[in-house]
Amino acid sequence: MSDHVASLRQPSAPADADTLTAEVAGLIVQALNLELSPGEIAPDQPLYGEGLGLDSIDILEIALVVSKQYGVQLRADSEENGRIFGSLRQLVDYITAHRTK
Amino acid sequence: MVAYRGGAPVLVPEFLSDVRHLARSFPPCTHVLNACADRYHFTVGLSAALLSGRVSLFPSSQAPEMLRQLSAFAPDAIWLTDENGSGNGLPCMTYPRERAAASAAAARCQPGAAPQIDESQLLGYVFTSGSTGTPLPYRKTFGRLIGCVHEQARRLGLSGAARWAILATVPPQHMYGLEASVLLPLASGHALCGERPFYPADIAADLERLPRPRALISTPVHLRALLGSGVALPAVDLILCSTAPLSQQLAKEAESRFRTRLLEIYGSTETGQIALRRPTQTAEWRLWPGVSLEPEGESTWARGGHIEQPTRLQDVLERTGTDRFMLHGRVSDLVNIAGKRSSLAYLNHQLNSIPGVEDGAFFHLEEPCDSHTGVARVAACVVAPSLDAARLLAALRERIDAVFLPRPLVFVAQLPRNGTGKLPLATLSSLAAQAKPATTA
Repeated sequence: MSDHVASLRQPSAPADADTLTAEVAGLIVQALNLELSPGEIAPDQPLYGEGLGLDSIDILEIALVVSKQYGVQLRADSEENGRIFGSLRQLVDYITAHRTK
Repeated sequence: MVAYRGGAPVLVPEFLSDVRHLARSFPPCTHVLNACADRYHFTVGLSAALLSGRVSLFPSSQAPEMLRQLSAFAPDAIWLTDENGSGNGLPCMTYPRERAAASAAAARCQPGAAPQIDESQLLGYVFTSGSTGTPLPYRKTFGRLIGCVHEQARRLGLSGAARWAILATVPPQHMYGLEASVLLPLASGHALCGERPFYPADIAADLERLPRPRALISTPVHLRALLGSGVALPAVDLILCSTAPLSQQLAKEAESRFRTRLLEIYGSTETGQIALRRPTQTAEWRLWPGVSLEPEGESTWARGGHIEQPTRLQDVLERTGTDRFMLHGRVSDLVNIAGKRSSLAYLNHQLNSIPGVEDGAFFHLEEPCDSHTGVARVAACVVAPSLDAARLLAALRERIDAVFLPRPLVFVAQLPRNGTGKLPLATLSSLAAQAKPATTA
């Protein structure tokens, strides 16, 4: 429990964040069979609706791969007005804060 | 007991009081587009419309173009919502805020029998995507619907003395959800749930706080996500699945891990549900009473029983008995993405109506992508020299539900039509395959 709290207080070192970002982008591209390479997902581009243009089926699929890979269970009330899927960066931040794997 | 909201029960007197209050609150109108997201609000809205002789509208999508066409069909239609929203051009009515406890309690104390609705009363219209691009209305009569869900209750084992709690992941506005998650509980004395959980963890949590016996009404997409999520699965006394084909493997896994029966419904927007099976026991479907099937070419006509008008089904059916059939896949024009249905003809009409599109065609990929949820998308080739992908997709978003946005979307100088003007699927598929960039390792 205390380790988990500590991880909330200390942001990841930049190198770790970049690695995780590339990893999550890769997961998204692979899971959704998108026609772009992971590096083409701009970190601050909206994921849902506009930007990358994902829909609710995609979100469910991302939630599934994220739960398998990082042990994070998404909840509707944890979405904080859509900030988790507001961008790749926000998704990575959320995973960083809540991952159990 | 009418409903559970956040685990708290709503009893009949409170429900009737809410219905009467809402019925008195409608502005002048005959038609109501009930867009309430909360299932309890939706049910109050539906009942209030019935009580006040209003007709409810159930479009197949809430894309702006669809709503514009609906208001051409019913110029006085209002948009009833329980969320912040504009009504997309229709006059907007917000679901009344929860009334002050005192007046609500007083209202509940007033005696009042449940209102009687004549079985010939029109509950509303559902709409499908016609090949001409105009939504087609289908009448839904109160008596036929209630008869249909009474039979459903019998077949699901929900006609006994036990009072069930029924949780659904599907919206109440589409036929499956309307029947199974709203009308069935209402007509058979079971409790519907206000929530519509999306994430597996939420589905499990919402189930967990309901009393037994409890049922889950869902779809293959959500069941697959739930079983694959790693979330601890609560006990469930029945699972109902519909809107898209369910694999044998998934059905077996669901029954085994939930330790319950999984039943599957077959139906359509036009006909409502017409058949049931337990997929782990048989591949054969059993028709609702009085329903008959007649083959015509590749497709099949369904009529009789509770069906309002003879309907051509978009699947290939093989009759195996007077009331039984096997399903052999879809008629090639049908598009079914995670349970939402359209047709290639309708999608093509929408695509070609976009200014700047000279020619365009949606098509099925020959080898659908393999993903965790097994959802194959629909692709499109388009000739639109003055448009880029972003603008084209934005224009499509105005016209069609987001799930039908093409993946991939391929821009070409000319569609590869053959001598008769047709587009061979193989040619389209190879165009799509060539368009994919090489993925990095």
